[in-house]
Amino acid sequence: MSFPDRKETEVRRMLEGAHPALPPDLAGRAAERGRRMLHRHQVVRTIGWLLLLAAVIAFGVWAAIVEPWAAPPPTDTTPPLEGW
Amino acid sequence: MVRERRAARDGRRAREFEAFVAGAGGRLLHAATLLTAEPTGDTEAAERLLTAALARTYARWDRLRGEDPYDHTRRTLAALFAHRGHRYRRPRGGTLARLTPQERLVLVLRLYEGVAEEQTAAALGLPVERVRAICTRAVTAMRSAAHRRGTTGTRPSAGTPHSAGTPPSNGTTGTGVTGTGITGGVTGRRAATGGTGAKAQAGAGAGADTGPQAQAGSGADAGAAP
Repeated sequence: MSFPDRKETEVRRMLEGAHPALPPDLAGRAAERGRRMLHRHQVVRTIGWLLLLAAVIAFGVWAAIVEPWAAPPPTDTTPPLEGW
Repeated sequence: MVRERRAARDGRRAREFEAFVAGAGGRLLHAATLLTAEPTGDTEAAERLLTAALARTYARWDRLRGEDPYDHTRRTLAALFAHRGHRYRRPRGGTLARLTPQERLVLVLRLYEGVAEEQTAAALGLPVERVRAICTRAVTAMRSAAHRRGTTGTRPSAGTPHSAGTPPSNGTTGTGVTGTGITGGVTGRRAATGGTGAKAQAGAGAGADTGPQAQAGSGADAGAAP
């Protein structure tokens, strides 16, 4: 075993030790908090989808009314050519 | 139909999660206690940290996709601690109380949890050389502290009073024996040179060394099937 390895093993032994007692309700509390987190994520995801749907519908309605793909009417603002 | 399936999934997740915490919770709480540098009896901040990390693991349980929940919880724990590290700067008297939060984090990940240097560096967003330097510095600090404790003898010896003490059926002689046991241990360590004293102390902990490792293995196994 090399020298730094031995030092690390020494410190590793210091770190090991009696485990503190796990509170009996810790798992339950964590699960409850996780469940709330999951629920919150679900609500946020639902709202996101609804917003996307609303945006798509709004765009469709606007496009149907304005018809931006139709060519604009020809303009006659060009001055007449004279003197050629 | 959908509701039934969801309820079944919730129940299964809750059962698996509970089994995972029952198996790995002790070791995780010990790691959290080392991080927050709290004494063994008072682990309130460590419990809060661990609860937050476990809640995130629970929320992710269905999407772990074969990843070890222990790994995920450990990573989350490290990230949460790194994020809130400034709260734990004030030492409270744990094993690693004399180290900075960053040194504690590196030491726990590298030596207690046995995470590879590269993975530790990636988890903390540091270069590998920096992780190695922090680890070396922390190891040196811990060893010098242990030597100082070994020479001054402030820490009560771990095994001597119990090994020397007779069963406490007879009150006065019992305390007498433990008393001499303590003083004997201290003078013994004083007589020894600093280096050998610390080594003897480290050797005394070697018996308990295999226990937590084995427990961690079984804990990870118990929760490895999400």
